[in-house]
Amino acid sequence: MLRVDVEKQLGEFSLSASFSSEGRVIGLFGASGAGKSSLVNMIAGLLRPDRGTIVIDGETVDDTAAGIHVPTYRRRIGYVFQDARLFPHLSVAQNLDYGRRMNGLAPDPAQHKRIIDLLDIGALRDRRPGKLSGGERQRVALGRALLSKPRLLLLDEPLGALDEGRKLEILPYLVRLRDEANVPMVYVSHDVAELRQLATQIVMLKQGRVTSFGGVKVLT
Amino acid sequence: MLDISPAEWTAILLSLRVAVIATLVATPFGIALAWLLARRDFWGKSVLDALVHLPLVLPPVVTGYLLLLSFGRKGLIGSFLADHLGMIFAFRWTGAALACGVMAFPLLVRPMRLSIEAIDRRLEQAAETLGAAPWKVFFTVTLPLALPGVLAGMVLGFAKAIGEFGATITFVSNIPGETQTISSAIYSLIQTPDGDAAAGRLVIVSIVLAIGALIAAEWFARRATQRLHGN
Repeated sequence: MLRVDVEKQLGEFSLSASFSSEGRVIGLFGASGAGKSSLVNMIAGLLRPDRGTIVIDGETVDDTAAGIHVPTYRRRIGYVFQDARLFPHLSVAQNLDYGRRMNGLAPDPAQHKRIIDLLDIGALRDRRPGKLSGGERQRVALGRALLSKPRLLLLDEPLGALDEGRKLEILPYLVRLRDEANVPMVYVSHDVAELRQLATQIVMLKQGRVTSFGGVKVLT
Repeated sequence: MLDISPAEWTAILLSLRVAVIATLVATPFGIALAWLLARRDFWGKSVLDALVHLPLVLPPVVTGYLLLLSFGRKGLIGSFLADHLGMIFAFRWTGAALACGVMAFPLLVRPMRLSIEAIDRRLEQAAETLGAAPWKVFFTVTLPLALPGVLAGMVLGFAKAIGEFGATITFVSNIPGETQTISSAIYSLIQTPDGDAAAGRLVIVSIVLAIGALIAAEWFARRATQRLHGN
């Protein structure tokens, strides 16, 4: 599903990570500054590795030796950021529809309804992002990413900006997503409890290196 | 209330036409340049930036004279355009529009540039992860978010263009019905013994237009903040 073998120098910080996973939810675990976000940005194509390869769903999207670098917009990934990044000039409904329009996909009312129901965001459709709570915003961001029909969903600390109560509000949605949405995910977090609930595999990062890789039990 | 004569109307309508055309033609160039200056680093950027601002600091008569030298019938660009495209600027209202557009350009570009700089680039990244190619990102995220600034720039440019005097009169002279704008009409009238009343009427028209433009620009600027916060 996902194969990563990359090196990247970012100022003083050097990142060198290699792993390969078929897991449904790959948990990328590490303290802040361990290189988690940089790694995810490389998978997304927002950051270009100095050396190495990235393969998503059998397609090589980065191969420095062969000069391959597929731009972000052609990678068919979904990305949920810590700060939802909804488009402020568009309504919730337009935000949700954005990925479908940009990819020129035909409307898929069944999938649309399923995701809207799964995330409970039907009632927010006509609102503006500025009028949403943090938790609502994050659910809309999840819906927006999923509705672009990605083959891999990247989530970079999607609960990081929420308080404890809100986190507990969103977590069940993420669990449902894992079990029902059928999209493999890379879930970045520094929270052991979160990953125990969600991840099926763990990649542990420490100062830019993979220190362990395996089942959820590596989180001890 | 204002008893405006046909000759004065001619000048007012000509001014409006010149300013509207100048603004509309300058806007796409203004947006492109604003984006370039806000987003790209390239060799000669500071020179380009200075060049854009030059009409703001040069004596208008110098700008007008330079336009006459380059876009006049014997000028390098002017003779080329006249011979190949049949476009003539010298002593035509189109020349007035060109002069006004050049003079208004720095005022037009500035709010556009500021509004593009104020956009959170992470929103553009998000658009890209959703499958939007760079040009689609520009038209669906960058430009809509910058729109209030673009409109503010257009309004300021329009206000500048409608009042432009020095470069216009130098380049295309002061021909009633062809190149005589409000400003050059006022200039002629105050040199005429009985022109005070007519000049006064045109002065009032100019003031109304200028204040209207400032209010509109302010309104667009306020819209911009609302838009960026998604309310």
